[in-house]
Amino acid sequence: MAKYLMLKHYRGAPEGVNDAPMDEWTPEEITAHIRYMDEFADRLRESGEFVDSVALTPEGSWVRYDGEGKPPATDGPFAETKDLVAGYMIIDVDSHERAVELAGELSAAPGLGGKPIHEWLELRAVMGHEPTAVE
Amino acid sequence: MDLNELRALIPEVNGVLVRRGADFAAAEDAVQDALVEAIRVWPRETPRSQKAWLVTVAWRKFLDAERSGQARRSREERLASQPAPGAGIPADDTLQMYLLCAHPSLTPASAVALTLRAVGGLTTQQIADAYLVPESTMAQRISRAKRTLADVELDRAGDLRTVARVLYLVFNEGYSGDVDLAVEAIRLARELRVHTNHPEVAGLLALMVLHHARRPARTRVDGSLVPLAEQDRTLWDTTLIREGITVLRAALARDRLGEFQAQAAIAALHADAQSADETDWVQIVEWYDELIDLTDNPVARLNRAVAVGEAEGPRGGLAALAGLDASMPRYMSVLAYLTERDGHHAKARQLYVEASALATSTPERDHLMKQAARLRLT
Repeated sequence: MAKYLMLKHYRGAPEGVNDAPMDEWTPEEITAHIRYMDEFADRLRESGEFVDSVALTPEGSWVRYDGEGKPPATDGPFAETKDLVAGYMIIDVDSHERAVELAGELSAAPGLGGKPIHEWLELRAVMGHEPTAVE
Repeated sequence: MDLNELRALIPEVNGVLVRRGADFAAAEDAVQDALVEAIRVWPRETPRSQKAWLVTVAWRKFLDAERSGQARRSREERLASQPAPGAGIPADDTLQMYLLCAHPSLTPASAVALTLRAVGGLTTQQIADAYLVPESTMAQRISRAKRTLADVELDRAGDLRTVARVLYLVFNEGYSGDVDLAVEAIRLARELRVHTNHPEVAGLLALMVLHHARRPARTRVDGSLVPLAEQDRTLWDTTLIREGITVLRAALARDRLGEFQAQAAIAALHADAQSADETDWVQIVEWYDELIDLTDNPVARLNRAVAVGEAEGPRGGLAALAGLDASMPRYMSVLAYLTERDGHHAKARQLYVEASALATSTPERDHLMKQAARLRLT
């Protein structure tokens, strides 16, 4: 078994096929989209492949150490941020092929006009522990 | 009351119930109920035969559940249409449970989860912790596995090779939480070996024990990796090594070689060497050839290239590496290592950096990055 992170981006991913922003969709289309995502997660819970799922707000700020005795410096939000993560789901699957299959399924969520949004999802393997039997 | 002894009885008791006609899920529930009762009652009065007590109580629990359940009618119909209990079933109930949990209709992940639950007697929470997934996820895997097996006929359980593979998957998962899966896999393989004389089961046990014996030397306290050549061999567990070698010799004497025996032979040659320099690399290459004949596994070919590099020198290793799939895990780190041994440090450094980017575990990535840093300083 291996864990994979499926990253959904607000911005920064290559352009999807049906890439209209959500505020141009009808309420029914939004409902259908959300239902698709929920049902997708439920199927993974049912198949025993679900680990975690998190949605993030689009607004974030940058924080860094600003020197001894000073509070951390903050900046942002950066509206022009190149890449912005919208949320993620972690799955635990038997193979990389299965992870690709599931990411493909998630990317087919319906959007404008009820058609699949074909968005790009970023798929990354989660690093594990030391494999026991490798020298 | 010894909880480990108690856990060792679980598969047997499960097996008796299944043989008497209980389906997998119902049997397991009943046995769990009986265990709860045992923990409550035994401190006051320990039964003469713990197994007999558990079977009696579990069977009673099963019957209670059946009587109150809606499923009774359909079960009676199903039982009536099936061959008499016992037909075509191996005599040993424990063995039966191992085979059932490794049924070919289950995915590897489900087979592993079910084995740990039904044969190992671990709780769902313990298994979930060990695999770093939520308890609900593990509960789903287990209940799906049970559903899959509900209609399986007992004479078509998995074979012993599949059982061995399932235990090896458990072993390789390492450890986290309060359950050490490597120890658990070894415990189960020891149990399994009592119930069968299949040489591959012995080969698997030898392989796991030999690897496990070297575990204390394999990582530093901070979790970083120590390469085989640099390991402090006084940390190796010589009792386990002796056990592994004895078990392996007995298996090899049966003259039915399999992949686990061949891998164990390689592990034994490593464990047997007093120092890295004394390692019999020529014989290790020969065993890799056997292993490749048996499995033609690309990982075995990669490991063979490492062994050739030691037996014949880095040029030989690089030649053995040529033609292998460069995208397979660890190919790049082997290439980096052999390139360094061949004296091309700048090139090797670049390859270590590339290898570290491809690593799938953090200790491995850190180790490779340090190799690159080391070469920059030389």
